[in-house]
Amino acid sequence: MLNGFWKLTWIETKVFIREPMGFVTSLAMPLVIFLVFGSLSFGSSGTTSTVEAPFNVPILAALFIALSAVASLVVIISIYRESGILKRLRATPLSPVTILSAQVVVRLLFTVASLAILIVAGRQFFPGALDVNLPSFTAALLLSTLSILSLGFVIASLVPTSRFARPITAGFLYPMVVLSGLFFPIEQLPLPLRIFANGLPTTHAVSLMLGVWDGSGWGAHLGSVAALILIFLVCIGLTTRIFRWE
Amino acid sequence: MPTPVISVSHLGKSYGSTVAVDDLSLEVYKGEVFGLIGPNGAGKTTTMECVEGLRKADRGTISVLGLDPRRDATALEQRIGVQHQEAQLQKRIKVWEAVDLWSALYVKVVDTEALLARLGLEAKRDARFMTLSGGQKQRLFIALAMIHDPEVIFLDEVTTGLDPQARRTIWGLITDMKERGKTVFLTTHLMEEAERLCDRVAIIDHGRLVEVGTPAELVEKHCPQRSVVFTSEGNGAAERLAGGTGVLSVTSEGCTHTLRGEGDDFVTHVINLIARENIQVTGFRTELPTLEDVFLKLTGHGIRA
Repeated sequence: MLNGFWKLTWIETKVFIREPMGFVTSLAMPLVIFLVFGSLSFGSSGTTSTVEAPFNVPILAALFIALSAVASLVVIISIYRESGILKRLRATPLSPVTILSAQVVVRLLFTVASLAILIVAGRQFFPGALDVNLPSFTAALLLSTLSILSLGFVIASLVPTSRFARPITAGFLYPMVVLSGLFFPIEQLPLPLRIFANGLPTTHAVSLMLGVWDGSGWGAHLGSVAALILIFLVCIGLTTRIFRWE
Repeated sequence: MPTPVISVSHLGKSYGSTVAVDDLSLEVYKGEVFGLIGPNGAGKTTTMECVEGLRKADRGTISVLGLDPRRDATALEQRIGVQHQEAQLQKRIKVWEAVDLWSALYVKVVDTEALLARLGLEAKRDARFMTLSGGQKQRLFIALAMIHDPEVIFLDEVTTGLDPQARRTIWGLITDMKERGKTVFLTTHLMEEAERLCDRVAIIDHGRLVEVGTPAELVEKHCPQRSVVFTSEGNGAAERLAGGTGVLSVTSEGCTHTLRGEGDDFVTHVINLIARENIQVTGFRTELPTLEDVFLKLTGHGIRA
């Protein structure tokens, strides 16, 4: 029922904002990463970057926006499951898809908000550092976030209790960042690890966002787009089998 | 013959190797308050959740308002209201937001302001869920269960953990539901609650139905004993009553004497006997068996065990 979907999404948005810890942390973390690494690589003034960064700082920050969204998804799902909120919602005419989609939409909403904060901060502190096709980059970040969120549902299905939600999620996500190709080309990895890295959504997210960043556009990265969509479909398929409501 | 609103026949449900419900059959009639009573882990919640359609039974058939709770879930959820044991909502959701969301989900919705007022929640409209007391939370869940004016209301341990005053408020609300013609199916492990509210109760233990009937019937059938306890300063009072009709046994402790017998007219017999023997009595009370005694007798253990 569509009516219930928008009402639930709006309520979940308000409920998330009312919880200062989770809300501020998820917005602040990418910003802090951006400002710290940004000031190291761009310098504090000038219109162009003076120091060659060992990796693309804005992409790292954008990746952390996506990962924050996933971490908050896993935590919220596990808390809702543990306290019987999922069970109560499921006993209403709300469909299971509606209940979980509302969470996805809220995460995507805050992904856009985080990116907006990043852009504003970038214009303020590192003018010229964020010269990018914004609509295209936003779309790339949203697709990446959606794909990693689907993996978040798989993690949320496996997390035993809400206490372990954050550490387990971190344990899944941070190694993925290392293998994403942001810090060193994954071609340098031994073959088994390279295959593994290619199965991770973060790798394709980084490849797509870097592509958009360099101006080569979506057409040159259709492989990454297809991989992100495929990972999304596989994870959602898996979720429908293993997701626990209580 | 009253109309059955809920029919459960040969219901079975296991979790792994644990049998939660075993060959359970029962009927709930239109307009009655029906209580499923038993200790924790007896299978009350599993039974109720199978009937609500939240859980899939392993065996047996269930019909609610003539519908199959699993197959006809969409049609049924517009006609039943549920409240779960130890349920929660989002900590920071406001009362009116929950009511507003639930209102959007049903075809037919009652006047929610009037409903909140009836449940004593009108002053809490803007309160966040986490700030509500246990009793207020349960009243909110009752409001959410009743928002679409359902024909059957399911209440799972609705007063567990509440203080006596909050409990009494909820009891009043359940009586109110009955007066509005609703069928109420509840679970409880509080015998006093079952005795006070339920038209009929089903005692279940280890997933099996032990007995079903009105509380009075069950007491009459399984625990017909009555006791009269009286205090008399006079000598030989107990001995003079011991031979009276219907008196099965007499025990004395100082000036306090306990007479035991059976049947509805036992107490009247004793009063007549005391009057006839002209015994000076300074204290007099009767002890009637309760559902708690019935439960103990039928299952061999207490409800809280």
